[in-house]
Amino acid sequence: MKIRFHNLKSTLTLGVFFAILTISACGDGGNGTTGSSGDDNTLIGAGSSFDNPLFSKMFSEYNKANGLRVNYQSIGSGAGISQLTNKTVDFGASDAPMNSKQDSAASAAILHIPVTAGAVALSYNLPEVKDTLRLTPTVLAGIFLGKISRWDDPQIASINKGIKLPSTGIVVAHRSDGSGTTNIFSTYLSKVSEDWNAKVGKGSSVNWPVGLGGKGTEGVAGLVKQTPGAIGYIELAYAIQNNMAYAKIQNKSGSFIAPSIASVTAAANVNIPQDSKISLTNTDASDGYPISGFSWVLIYKEQKYNNRRSDRAAKLLKLISWMIHDGQQFSGPLTYAPLSTAAATVGDAILKTATYDGKPILP
Amino acid sequence: MSEATIENKGIALSDSKLGVINSDLALIQSKKGVRRLNRQIRTENTFRKMLLLMGLIMILLVIGILFTLLLESIPSLKALGLKYLWGKTWDPVQDIYGAYPFLLGTLLTSFLALIISIPFSIAIAVFLGEYYPKGWIPDFLKNTVELIAAVPSVIYGFWGLAVLVPMVRSLETTLHVDPYGVGIFTSSLILAVMIIPYAASLGRSVIQMVPSSLKEGAYALGATRWEVIRSVIIPYTKSGLFAGILLSLGRALGETMAVTMVIGNTSIIPKSIFAPGNTMASVIANEFTEADKPVYLSALIELGLVLFLVTVVINMIGKRVIRRFTNE
Repeated sequence: MKIRFHNLKSTLTLGVFFAILTISACGDGGNGTTGSSGDDNTLIGAGSSFDNPLFSKMFSEYNKANGLRVNYQSIGSGAGISQLTNKTVDFGASDAPMNSKQDSAASAAILHIPVTAGAVALSYNLPEVKDTLRLTPTVLAGIFLGKISRWDDPQIASINKGIKLPSTGIVVAHRSDGSGTTNIFSTYLSKVSEDWNAKVGKGSSVNWPVGLGGKGTEGVAGLVKQTPGAIGYIELAYAIQNNMAYAKIQNKSGSFIAPSIASVTAAANVNIPQDSKISLTNTDASDGYPISGFSWVLIYKEQKYNNRRSDRAAKLLKLISWMIHDGQQFSGPLTYAPLSTAAATVGDAILKTATYDGKPILP
Repeated sequence: MSEATIENKGIALSDSKLGVINSDLALIQSKKGVRRLNRQIRTENTFRKMLLLMGLIMILLVIGILFTLLLESIPSLKALGLKYLWGKTWDPVQDIYGAYPFLLGTLLTSFLALIISIPFSIAIAVFLGEYYPKGWIPDFLKNTVELIAAVPSVIYGFWGLAVLVPMVRSLETTLHVDPYGVGIFTSSLILAVMIIPYAASLGRSVIQMVPSSLKEGAYALGATRWEVIRSVIIPYTKSGLFAGILLSLGRALGETMAVTMVIGNTSIIPKSIFAPGNTMASVIANEFTEADKPVYLSALIELGLVLFLVTVVINMIGKRVIRRFTNE
């Protein structure tokens, strides 16, 4: 009896302990604002998973040089934006500029600073085809709308003269989870095909008229690799690293361009608006790959919120400034496209508009 | 008058159980004994209160979940109304949400999986419960079956992608249907494997609980083993077996990761069991993190609410069926 009683007591103590733990954890979630977290030498960011490999490299190098730690959570662009809206992070990162609904949810103005550029490659599984497949915007839209359903369709054959196309059916593979990659790709299709724009439209998740969904880039890549006759859109970096075949796409000037770091940087070398919110799809650049897009770092324009110290704001601004200049040297090896000069210039101008208590932070 | 009666009774009692009362009195009178008794009572009370508390917390939790789901679904309920349930389009771009394809996908995959798994789980339950309850081979089988339940579902997803999908694809090629490999059928197969242990374990324990007098009686009357299983064990354990199957179904309804990896994730209504589809749990897992509009997010939460209600309804039906079985 005595032993049992003792057990009971410890069980109760344990229960109370856990209860307190839970309550305190909840409390932390509620008021866990970055400004009040004591450690000003650690910045917190969240967002795009596309940026994660590049950011990991950049932040580790920056930490070596400047001793500042950056804790980046790769939770997806949309989630990153809502974390920034809730002011639980110092910066967000997104592959798509914030839409009007996200803008209205935020309590203050948010700056978009382009930090890198990526491309969406069209990867296919046609073992018989040794040459690189060429696709025009019309054909691409036709395939993803389900109008072109066989590889030996005359529309595909006429732009791929000399290539013997198999008579297999086309299996379209797309992302099943919401993603910035889908946003870039559907934005591109909406621009080049009125039919797509009317029926499907653009967004991080769309209502796909045909095809199979794979979870994540590796899910789509898996479907493409496994299914004969499949075509799917994946991040260029992933396609290059995994030696997957990808198509040349006809750009606005009419030339067929293979996605590469150079052709993406070229696509970004256009007139960039003051707020940098531009889609790099189907740009005027004659040697640019048409399905490219910026990835942005997002910060509040007014950095004084939630008792943040000016020191913290200055460190954040310095970090981002480093990322768009010196940090760009790490892009190439990781198959990200370095920012074009035009983009870096616009980024600088935007960073200068950030303020702390109304005063500019960067000189 | 009354005093006398008590005294009389006391005398009568002490006559019969003198020894016992004396020792009890001694215990109660000694201070140590009193303390011990008080402590016992206190322990009992605390323990009972704790049990009550735990039970109440569980009820609160379920009500809380339902309440949160309801509350968060309000924007979507307002925007879409009841049409949400039978709407066939899921279009985040235009803010049109219909749960019908996913509701259908969930029910199709779960019931198909159940049908595939029942012969296996009942066979395992009978084998382990009746034929070979002891020995190292049955032990090994039992542990293996239990292990099936312990394997994380993402591993089933990988296994499905690497092994099952190519197999189904070659089957589809021979059947002359679109050879996607992924789809409703593949996910049902994966689910069937995953839910076998639930019905099998519960079935085994209820079969072992069949009184041996019943079985021996049947054998004494000249029944064969098959006849004993068919006319004694199965009727006796019906409700238990059904409860196990219900548990399996519950698991199949909510399974997310393995299904999303092999179902093809499309919001088009499946035309056959080989077509790709999607389930409610899988849609939530896929789209929740990037749901960038309030109504979109709310529609996903409402999907969770629908899943919750489907589970409740199926459980309630199951309970009724079990009760009918037991009353017979």
